[in-house]
Amino acid sequence: MAPGRQRHVGLPGWIFVPAVLGAALVMLPLAGMVSRVDWNSFLSLVTSDSALTALWLSLRTSVASTLLCLAFGVPMALVLARTSFRGQGVIRSLVLLPLVLPPVVGGIALLYTFGRRGLLGEQLDAIGVQIAFSTIAVVLAQTFVSLPFLVVSLEGSLRTAGERYEVVAASLGARPTTVFRRVTLPLVLPGLVSGAVLSFARALGEFGATITFAGSLEGTTRTLPLYIYNLRVTDPDAAVAMSLVLVLVAVLVITFARPGRGAL
Amino acid sequence: MNKPLRKLVLLPAVLALVLPLAACGGDDDGEAGNGGTTTLTVYAAASLTSTFEQIGDEFEKAHDGVEVEFSFGGSSDLVTQIQEGAEADVFASADTANMDKLVDADLAGEDPRDFATNTLEIATPPDNPAEVASFQDLASKGLQLVVCAPEVPCGAATQTMADNLGVTLKPVSEEQSVTDVLAKVTSGEADAGVVYRTDVTAAGDAVHGVTFPESGDVVNTYPIAPVDGSDESDLAAQFVEFVLGDTGQQILQDAGFGQP
Repeated sequence: MAPGRQRHVGLPGWIFVPAVLGAALVMLPLAGMVSRVDWNSFLSLVTSDSALTALWLSLRTSVASTLLCLAFGVPMALVLARTSFRGQGVIRSLVLLPLVLPPVVGGIALLYTFGRRGLLGEQLDAIGVQIAFSTIAVVLAQTFVSLPFLVVSLEGSLRTAGERYEVVAASLGARPTTVFRRVTLPLVLPGLVSGAVLSFARALGEFGATITFAGSLEGTTRTLPLYIYNLRVTDPDAAVAMSLVLVLVAVLVITFARPGRGAL
Repeated sequence: MNKPLRKLVLLPAVLALVLPLAACGGDDDGEAGNGGTTTLTVYAAASLTSTFEQIGDEFEKAHDGVEVEFSFGGSSDLVTQIQEGAEADVFASADTANMDKLVDADLAGEDPRDFATNTLEIATPPDNPAEVASFQDLASKGLQLVVCAPEVPCGAATQTMADNLGVTLKPVSEEQSVTDVLAKVTSGEADAGVVYRTDVTAAGDAVHGVTFPESGDVVNTYPIAPVDGSDESDLAAQFVEFVLGDTGQQILQDAGFGQP
């Protein structure tokens, strides 16, 4: 997988045709969007009060949900990679479900769990917590959809790293917590970072679960994607400008989290 | 480790791009292979979904070999799609503002004609937990109110109504469409939502409707027009007449629409 490795067998020439077509399929729409950007007003469009409010809300909630992903995802990945128990395969599949689930389905599931009339709604109401239509709902929706990215990424790193050094450390008398802190964590750090960055990106782009579960109100629940969705009706120029901002963020994220870069 | 991850990450993106293309392909086939049938494509506001499907059925019965296809959505989305080259034969809007956009773009085949009106109504969960009885009640403290965003027709109407009555609304969410507002009400998340009268009728037992005397002050008018450059301009004109005719008007009135 190392970049620059010599190939000994050439590829058949026809392979390049579908490969280039596929690449065009991904890149042409981006070019199409960029061609619509009104550069003269770009700066004023992306720095309007509403845009900055949405951007700030998006950044705050995405950071919060990435922290939650780390808090829950690291232990989950460790349990999945380093232990074995009955039904582990099923558990893993269920935990990874949000990766392939349409986000709007996630939103409906969250609604019927944490909503006012949901599974936990009455209990939450009794202790005075109301999640629906709050910023907490946004963070919850984002964490739901982005957690699997961290778990998949980290579990892969843990399996690739293997247990050799951990066994050595333990045999030298290190306690499990010390082994985790001094051996495991440094070993998988690249995987952990790339997983966290991917989770952050997924949280930043989250739309379906948020609009279904949290609603849309400026400053409280209207994150950047919801703002763009709202804006495309009245101000397509501004919607395109804000979309470009999200594309730039995505490019940055992919650059930092690209597999094979700094990773194992 | 990274390979499977990369695939997983890219797969949804690729599917999201390819699936709509596949759907487009299907449409083209349908039009190309018309063995004696003619397809009329009608772009209509989402609030017209059930009524226009009924009108479409009746129109097909009255016109042999004609098939009416609908694309329902937010009026502003639909008009954007038509401006971007969507092959629509007829456009029915939920407000005059979006029809004006079509006219301004020189895309209306004939002058638009008003075919229905709609007024606002409050929708609450069936048991009306917050005991909403008037539009003024919507300003009560602690009430979980959901409205349409001011950018969409129902939201603009709600805003006008609130301004007229001097009521300051503090919604917990401003949704993109009437359907989204209703969904928040039927799931019990919201105590009340402001939608159209016809939406309350269509939702049946899922919601409780609260009418208020001032509703007649803010009336939303629905215009319809054939789209310029349509291959089926005669048929499009006939469809417009049909909507304005007895059958169309009866179906609309049964659903709670008012006469223009």
